[in-house]
Amino acid sequence: MSKPTIIVVGNGMVGYKFCEKLLARSTQFQIIVFGEEPRHAYDRVHLSEYFNGKTADDLSLSTLSWYSDNGIALHLDDPIQEINRTEKTIHSLKGVTLKYDYLVLATGSSAFVPDIPGIEKEGVFVYRTIEDLELIKACAVNAKSGAVMGGGLLGLEAAKALIDLGISETHVIEFAPRLMPRQIDSAGSNMLQMKLSQLGLHIHLNKSTAAITGDKKIHSLKFNDDSQLAVDMLVISAGIRPRDELAKLAGLHVGTRGGIVVNEKMQTSDECIYAIGECALYEGMIYGLVAPGYEMADIVAAHLTEADKSFYGYDMSTKLKLIGVDVASFGDAFITEPDCRTILFEDTHKGIYKRINITNDGKNLLGGILIGDADAYNMLLQTVNNKIVLPPDPEDLILGSRGGEANAGAGVMSLPDDALICSCEAVTKGAICSAVNDGGVTGIDGMKKCTKAGTGCGGCVPLVKDLIAGTMKANGQYIKNVICEHFDYSRQELFDLVKINGLKNYDLVLDHYGKGDGCEICKPVVASILSSLWNDVIVKQEVIQDSNDRFLANIQKGGTYSVVPRIPGGEITPDKLIVIGQVAKRYGLYTKITGGQRIDMFGAHLSDLPLIWEELIDAGFESGHAYGKALRTVKSCVGSTWCRFGLHDSVTFAIEVEDRYKGIRAPHKIKGGVSGCVRECAEAQSKDFGIIATEKGWNLYVCGNGGSKPQHAQLLATDIDKETVIKYLDRFLMFYIKTADQLTRTATWLNKLDGGMSYLKNVIVNDSLGLGEQLEEEMQALVNTYHCEWKEAINNPSMRKRFAHFINAPDEKDPHAQFEPMREQVRAKEW
Amino acid sequence: MEATIATQWIMACYVDDVPENGGSCIKHGDEQIAIFNFTRRNEWYATQNLCPHKQQMAISRGMIGSAGESCEPKVACPFHKKTFSLLTGECLGEEELVIKTYPVKIADGKVFVGVD
Repeated sequence: MSKPTIIVVGNGMVGYKFCEKLLARSTQFQIIVFGEEPRHAYDRVHLSEYFNGKTADDLSLSTLSWYSDNGIALHLDDPIQEINRTEKTIHSLKGVTLKYDYLVLATGSSAFVPDIPGIEKEGVFVYRTIEDLELIKACAVNAKSGAVMGGGLLGLEAAKALIDLGISETHVIEFAPRLMPRQIDSAGSNMLQMKLSQLGLHIHLNKSTAAITGDKKIHSLKFNDDSQLAVDMLVISAGIRPRDELAKLAGLHVGTRGGIVVNEKMQTSDECIYAIGECALYEGMIYGLVAPGYEMADIVAAHLTEADKSFYGYDMSTKLKLIGVDVASFGDAFITEPDCRTILFEDTHKGIYKRINITNDGKNLLGGILIGDADAYNMLLQTVNNKIVLPPDPEDLILGSRGGEANAGAGVMSLPDDALICSCEAVTKGAICSAVNDGGVTGIDGMKKCTKAGTGCGGCVPLVKDLIAGTMKANGQYIKNVICEHFDYSRQELFDLVKINGLKNYDLVLDHYGKGDGCEICKPVVASILSSLWNDVIVKQEVIQDSNDRFLANIQKGGTYSVVPRIPGGEITPDKLIVIGQVAKRYGLYTKITGGQRIDMFGAHLSDLPLIWEELIDAGFESGHAYGKALRTVKSCVGSTWCRFGLHDSVTFAIEVEDRYKGIRAPHKIKGGVSGCVRECAEAQSKDFGIIATEKGWNLYVCGNGGSKPQHAQLLATDIDKETVIKYLDRFLMFYIKTADQLTRTATWLNKLDGGMSYLKNVIVNDSLGLGEQLEEEMQALVNTYHCEWKEAINNPSMRKRFAHFINAPDEKDPHAQFEPMREQVRAKEW
Repeated sequence: MEATIATQWIMACYVDDVPENGGSCIKHGDEQIAIFNFTRRNEWYATQNLCPHKQQMAISRGMIGSAGESCEPKVACPFHKKTFSLLTGECLGEEELVIKTYPVKIADGKVFVGVD
């Protein structure tokens, strides 16, 4: 007997998930998938990351071979044109006709494009597929200003994409009087608007677009109130429309405002045809999120395999980060008094708005809204869904416990076993705990493998981690912050042990305090500890150094390296600039000015590195340690020597500070900045340490961070002289080096430090631990033993020998390292 | 008759060409082979030099070590730290990637690699 045939129309996220869910339940079906796009299913939720450097491959939900490996016939770039329900066949655009036993429509939705005169002009886009994004990207190259029509969730995502593409002037046009009217209340909208405006987004509310003007290409938007806005491009994000045209043509029942009508088993008006995802209309509602789509996919898979499962609507709670601002709405977000009681918290200084709605008896949480800080989202959502009884002071849920011992709620472990933790993959608390108890899972990676929890949108990962830790703790398993499987110590503990016992190499440390043969996690940690303690030349123990430290250069695409000589404070003579130019030319290197006021040369072959450095060192350069977890740069503004506003000489100070701390290894990279006045042109407050001139001296800031989670540096001391700045910096940096976990920047270290900034201030400024003098001495010892490791490497024949790609053909270069021309320079070939 | 593929042993390099507890790359025709001198275990391993994750010729520059209770010897690609068993070549992470492994023999201070 041949297998029943299931044809899936649509290869989006939900269509893909259906195949996965069905295969997990049964292999007794022949699955055939038709996709209209040229690519196989990819992650549309994280589409905007395509602009942050993620490739189409990164976004793919599976490999192409996954389909054939599982016996699925995949037809891409071939939309279905017609369903013949009497014959039970489908016809595709490319002329394929196939018979089905069951049909699953996962056709998704398309962008709603309003009928506005001029909508067809060049420079007007929608934001749905990778192809749309590619068109937008191409257009953005020459665009200075852009607008997004629609201030909903997708519209703001699209605005973020325009900002990421470098559009300097980005507008959002919303017809309604506020942003995200479907998800958040008007006070929340106001707060969001304020935050987004501060971030440079131009927001226009109550604006109805009457026409798009311009010759062939968009020139401006004309509004009903007769105002105009000149823009180079427009992205339409005014809502979605379910793709129900195929169903309609086949005579299936569709809703008056679109959507294929389905029952609780996701069956359409033809019982052999199912509809799932954004094209399905269940009890008058379209579910435009991925989690309910996945749930629908599972219900069809269950129904086909005769398992009992039904759809009863879905929680539309959501949490996102829009242009860096947290936005969350959960449960019944809009219910108002007298049907409930509402607790509000508003902080216009920090841009935080929180609202929770509780039952009139104060026992249960009904829903709420979080803007600006949504850390509590997961726990609040669980509290709603599981009807957890609230603590006597429910305001603690959004304000945190203020004084006293009380902790808001009893935390994740108080959730019932059937609490849904990962809604994308439908994983309950019980499943997670039993993976720890019975499956021996101890970390998030293992949990992802074992239960798939956290592999969808990733929003539940913090909660899953807390549950793993909580379950282990409940079992009496001692959870220690350890380096890796080879060392049962935290970095700080191992640092002290290595120091007290005077251990000088990795094997000794492993023999004394570790087990096994080490790995790529503990080797660099120990290397960093050894270096911070003894400051020996790191290439003497090359094989325990991280990728970049091993060859004293940054490995780049194609396996070539980049070279960054130190340019302290960003000051450089014309002669030295000429040398960099000559070296780059001689070795065919691509040059770029870095964010830290120096020059990076890319594309150096491994065997050329010693030759390049020989020339640079001859000209008076030193290693810039751009490859190390070490001090990178101390950025400076022009300062009082040239600038008419400058109070003090920031360049000289920056050079002094950079020269003092150069080469010192730390748990992570360190960046500094010195500004000559309060205008702060050196952006010192975004650095690990920042020094800003005042009328009376200098202000010292610490623990700032750029990167993915930017954080402003905080004020450590005010109006201090240069010597005191150095004294505090010595103490601060050494304290950080000794106590931080590996790969933890100063900002994260501070966030985890008990007592936070006031504690740090006490240790550094008030010397509350009595460690001040010791920290200064330890730092001075490191300063005194500074060496340029490149100088050591080129002067040592056995170290120098390692800089060869082929050890049996040292003069040959890696033929795989290939370049392509780009703007009169070269770039690495794409991987 | 036994159907074995004859292994041809090539002289790859000298023992001290490969750093202790580290790797080097050798060229064999168009093939690039990573050789690891696992001094700590007194073992030698060889694998393809190409990391299949992003097609980079870099495995030989990776850190070696062991995984799990069984102390499975492994190497981590320096690009994105995908780790592979030095015994089987299988990726030890979530990915379904495999690298080729080669037998290694040491004689007279020389390293020999068995190629097909």
